[in-house]
Amino acid sequence: MRTLIKGARVLDPGNVDGYKSILINGQTIEAVLDPADVMPENGTDFKVIDATGLVLVPGLMDIHVHLREPGHEYKETIATGAAAAARGGFTAVCAMPNTRPVNDNSQVTAFILGKAKAAKGARVYPVGAVTKGSAGTQLSEIQDMQQAGIKAVSDDGRPVENAQIMRRALEYCRGLSIPVFVHAEDLSLVNGGAMNEGPPATFQGIPGIPNAAEAVMVARDILLSRLTGAHVHFCHISCEESIDLIRKAKHQGIRVTCETAPHYFTLTDADVKGYDACFKMNPPLRSEKDRQAVIQGLADGTIDVIASDHAPHSKEEKDLEFDRAAFGIVGLETSLPLSLKLVQNNHLTLENLILKMAKNPAKILGINNDITPGNPADLSLIDLKEKGVIDPSRFVSKSRNTPFAGMTVQGRAAATMVDGNFVFGLWA
Amino acid sequence: MRFTKKDILDIHSLDPAEITLILDTAMGMKEISQRPVKKVPTLRGKTIVLFFQEPSTRTKLSFEIAAKRLSADSVAIAKSGSSMAKGETLMDTVKNLEAMKPDVIVMRHASSGAAYLVANRVNCSVINAGDGIHAHPSQALLDMMSVREKKGCIKGLKLAMIGDIAHSRVARSDIIGFSKMGARVSVCAPQTMIPAGIEALGCTVASSMEACVADADVIMMLRIQKERMTDVLFPSEREYAGRFGLNSQRVALAHKDVTIMHPGPMNRGVEISSDVADGKYSMILDQVTNGVALRMALYYLVAGGSRHADTD
Repeated sequence: MRTLIKGARVLDPGNVDGYKSILINGQTIEAVLDPADVMPENGTDFKVIDATGLVLVPGLMDIHVHLREPGHEYKETIATGAAAAARGGFTAVCAMPNTRPVNDNSQVTAFILGKAKAAKGARVYPVGAVTKGSAGTQLSEIQDMQQAGIKAVSDDGRPVENAQIMRRALEYCRGLSIPVFVHAEDLSLVNGGAMNEGPPATFQGIPGIPNAAEAVMVARDILLSRLTGAHVHFCHISCEESIDLIRKAKHQGIRVTCETAPHYFTLTDADVKGYDACFKMNPPLRSEKDRQAVIQGLADGTIDVIASDHAPHSKEEKDLEFDRAAFGIVGLETSLPLSLKLVQNNHLTLENLILKMAKNPAKILGINNDITPGNPADLSLIDLKEKGVIDPSRFVSKSRNTPFAGMTVQGRAAATMVDGNFVFGLWA
Repeated sequence: MRFTKKDILDIHSLDPAEITLILDTAMGMKEISQRPVKKVPTLRGKTIVLFFQEPSTRTKLSFEIAAKRLSADSVAIAKSGSSMAKGETLMDTVKNLEAMKPDVIVMRHASSGAAYLVANRVNCSVINAGDGIHAHPSQALLDMMSVREKKGCIKGLKLAMIGDIAHSRVARSDIIGFSKMGARVSVCAPQTMIPAGIEALGCTVASSMEACVADADVIMMLRIQKERMTDVLFPSEREYAGRFGLNSQRVALAHKDVTIMHPGPMNRGVEISSDVADGKYSMILDQVTNGVALRMALYYLVAGGSRHADTD
C-alpha cells in the first residue's frame, strides 16, 4: 500500500520547508517529492490524499504525559490516552512511570508497550522510574527496562530527594546514555502549598508554593549534571529563577535540557479564582513575570520543549475543596492550539514551535523523526486557520480537568499518521 | 436599603453600605439580648444548620445562641458525627443537608474556599463561619461593630494588628473590612508570619511592634497558634512574647484612649499579658457579647426578609 500526501506545506525545521508531496510506502517514507516531479501512477493499491491548506510536520511528540494505566484506569487508559494524543496531533508520547504499580521493572514496561501496540493511537514511549517504587532509595533496574523499551527515566510526581542517590542515578544513566527527567521540587519548601505563593494566594487564603521550591532543585541537579556529565532534562519548568539557572548552565556547556507546559505561558496565578481545582497543578500557575520569563525562555532557546504534563483526574478528585483536590490538568488535546498562540502572538515562528514540539523532543529521546526517505511515516498535519472553542465534552481523554474550557483558539491538529496509518483525522 | 445577598462568604464581597446595614441591624439586635426574655419570634419556623467541621467553641455557641434568640430551629452537626468521617465528600454531605430544606447553613471548614463551593451548589443561604485561612466575615463584622460602638465611627482610625497574619482568616477579613470602612490598618509580626503581598488587602506592614502600636486607636492581637511551632515560625514563646507580646509599656505608646481587642482564644503571657487582657482598655469580652447580636443580624438579613426584627 502506497500513499501520496500532496498539497501541504511540508515543514521539517533544518530539513525541508516548502510545498512537497510525501510518498509513503507501507510504514515508511519512500520519497519527498517536488510538485514538478513525476508523480507515481495511480493504482488499486495506491491512495492520494489532498492536504491542501494544511502544514505537514514531523510527528509531534509530547514527552510528558500520564496515561494512568496500570492502576488508575478510571482516569485514563493507555488506549484512551493514545487516542487523545492522536487527536491532539501527537504521534508519540512519553508515559511517566507513576502508575500503580510503578513502572520500575521490565515487566511493567512490557505491559505498557503491549497495551500501546493494541491501542492503535499515538506511539507510547515508556519512562522508567529512577528508583524502585519511585521511593527515592534504591535504583531501579534501568538497563533491563531500557532493553524492554524505556526511553528515559524519571521519578516524576516527586523529586529524588536524596542528593547522593541522585548523583548515583545520574552516573548510572550516563553509562547507559539515557536521559534523566527531573521533577524539580523541594518538598520541604512546598510545605503543603496548593498554589503559587503571592498576592492571589494570600488573598484567597490558599497556602503558597514559592518559586524557590522549584529553583533550588534545578540548581542542585544542574550541579549534579556538571559533576556526572549525565543528561538532565527538567520537566515542567514554571518560573523565572529556574529558567535563569538553566540558561546559565547551557552557556557553561552543562548537559541540561528542559520543557515547559502550555499552561505556564497561557495562565497565571491571577487566573486561579473561585477555588476551581481545574486551576490546580504542580508546579502551580506562577506570576505574570514568570509567564513572561517562560515565553522569553522559549523564544531564546533556553526552553527546548513544550510538553503537556497531561494529568487526567476524575471528577471526584477535582470536585473537592481546593487544598484537598488532586494536582494536575489534562493537556493532550489542548497543547497544540494553545502553543499556536505563541506563533499568532509573534513569540515564536512556526518553525521554532515545530522544533519544540517535534524535533527537540525526538532528539532528547534519541529518535530521528526527520521527514526523509527510510524513516517511519510518523507525520502530523496541522490546520492553522480553523477557529474554535475548547470544549472538554468533546475530549476523547477519559478526564475533563482543564482550565481552558471555553477559551477561543485558532489552529488544531487536522490529522495524525503513525507508521503510515492515519490514527486521527479526516482520513483515519 | 434591603439586603440582597444570598450568602455571607467574606468581607471582600460586601460593599460599605452593606456593612453599615449589617452593623446597624446588629445594634438593634443587641437590645434583644439585654431584655429579661431574650427571644423574639422573627425567624420562627426557620431551620438553621450549624455545619462545623473544625473545632470551635465560641463561634459555634455564638451562632447557636443567636439562632435561638430569633426563635429559629438550629441543628448542629460536627465532622466526627457526620458522614464526612466515613469518607463522604463535602459536596455530597451538603447536598444531603440541603435536601432536608434548611434556610441557612452556617459553615466552618478547614479548607479555604469551602463555603464558596457549597454556596455555589445550594439554594439556601450560606454563612461562612471560617474557612481555612481565608475568611471569617462574622468575626470581622463583630470587630467592626465593637469598634464603631466604642469609637463612634471606623473612618480615620488607626488599627494595629499583631500576630500570625499569614495563617489568620480573622486577619484577612479584618484588614479588608476595616480598610474598606476607612481605617488605616498596620500589621506587624515576625517575617515568617507575613504572607506575600498582604499589602494588597489594604494594610501597611510595620517595621516593629513599637511602630505598629504608636498612636493606634485600636490594637488587635491575634492568637499564636502553638500547634504551628513545629513550622519554625518563631523560635520560642519566650522570644515571641518579648518581641511581639502586648504589655502595658507598649499599650502606653498607643493613643491614650486605645481599645484592645483579641478574637480569642488568648494565650495569656504570650501574645498578650494578663494585665492588658483584663485591663481598662480591653473590650475582648464586649466582642463576644456583640458576636451574638451580629450573628442575629446576619440571620435576619439573609433569612428574615425585610420585616423588622421585633415584629411578626
